Amino acid sequence: MSWGSPQAFFAMGGYALYVWGSYAVAAACILVELWLLRRRRRTLARALSRRNEDRGLDHAPRQT
Amino acid sequence: MRLKVWRYASPPAFYRLAGKLVPWFLALAAMLAAAGLYIGLFVAPTDFQQGESYRIIFIHVPAAWMSMFIYVVMAFWCAMGLVFNTRLSFMMALALAPTGAMFTFIALWSGALWGKPTWGTWWVWDARLTSELILLFLYIGFLSLHAAIDDARRADRAAALLALVGVINVPIIYFSVQWWSTLHQGASVSLARAPTMAATMLVGMLIMSLAAWMYAIGASLMRVRTIILERESNADWVREQEAAL
Repeated sequence: MSWGSPQAFFAMGGYALYVWGSYAVAAACILVELWLLRRRRRTLARALSRRNEDRGLDHAPRQT
Repeated sequence: MRLKVWRYASPPAFYRLAGKLVPWFLALAAMLAAAGLYIGLFVAPTDFQQGESYRIIFIHVPAAWMSMFIYVVMAFWCAMGLVFNTRLSFMMALALAPTGAMFTFIALWSGALWGKPTWGTWWVWDARLTSELILLFLYIGFLSLHAAIDDARRADRAAALLALVGVINVPIIYFSVQWWSTLHQGASVSLARAPTMAATMLVGMLIMSLAAWMYAIGASLMRVRTIILERESNADWVREQEAAL
């Protein structure tokens, strides 16, 4: 398949809303999931490091 | 060999192994998705019946396959957990559910966007679509039930039972297009006969499915690592591990 022009590619033969609507929502879902995974891990890391400080443990994990 | 495999049933050993595997699976997923999207959007020809709208297939079919496959794997870990009472099995099931729910949602969403131009409707209450919607509710029910029970071990067992009862829905989804008359088309790909689609379309779809598979493994392993730390936060090994978080 060779698209004549970028416009033709984005127009998807008149089905742009349906095709790009599917691709965009799928991409958004994956990005949101990865973001939520990172956030959950960071929240946990902070909670664990706070707990260790309370207990007087010397090392404070770096915040990555 | 046997000993070696069982070693990874221990959360600390599995935690470290998963940590090493995650970047590989996510990198593989990204590379496969790039190749699959290139074939799907630039190489595969226009469909003679559906025009360009069929390109939704490269999202829809991989997502729908993964939504069913992840559920079966989740139910498998639930069964392992109930039979062998291994806490890591339940954690695996819990880690798979959100990713499975996400793929189910993508399958339903892209299906609606595909149904509108080809069938003239976003949604019909037919067997295939309804059973896939029930699958989404099963994932949500599994996660909600688990979250509603405070004691983690009890939550594991209750949610596992729900997951095992719900697994009956998976063959119903898969065979729904044969058992009942439905708007949804039958399988285009089957082991029993040659696929009814152009070779480049099929290759693009299979590569996108592999990408979805690798992503699902990577994301679930990321999640199971966090779940392990949450659950085992009082164990000595977690304290040692924290420096590396």
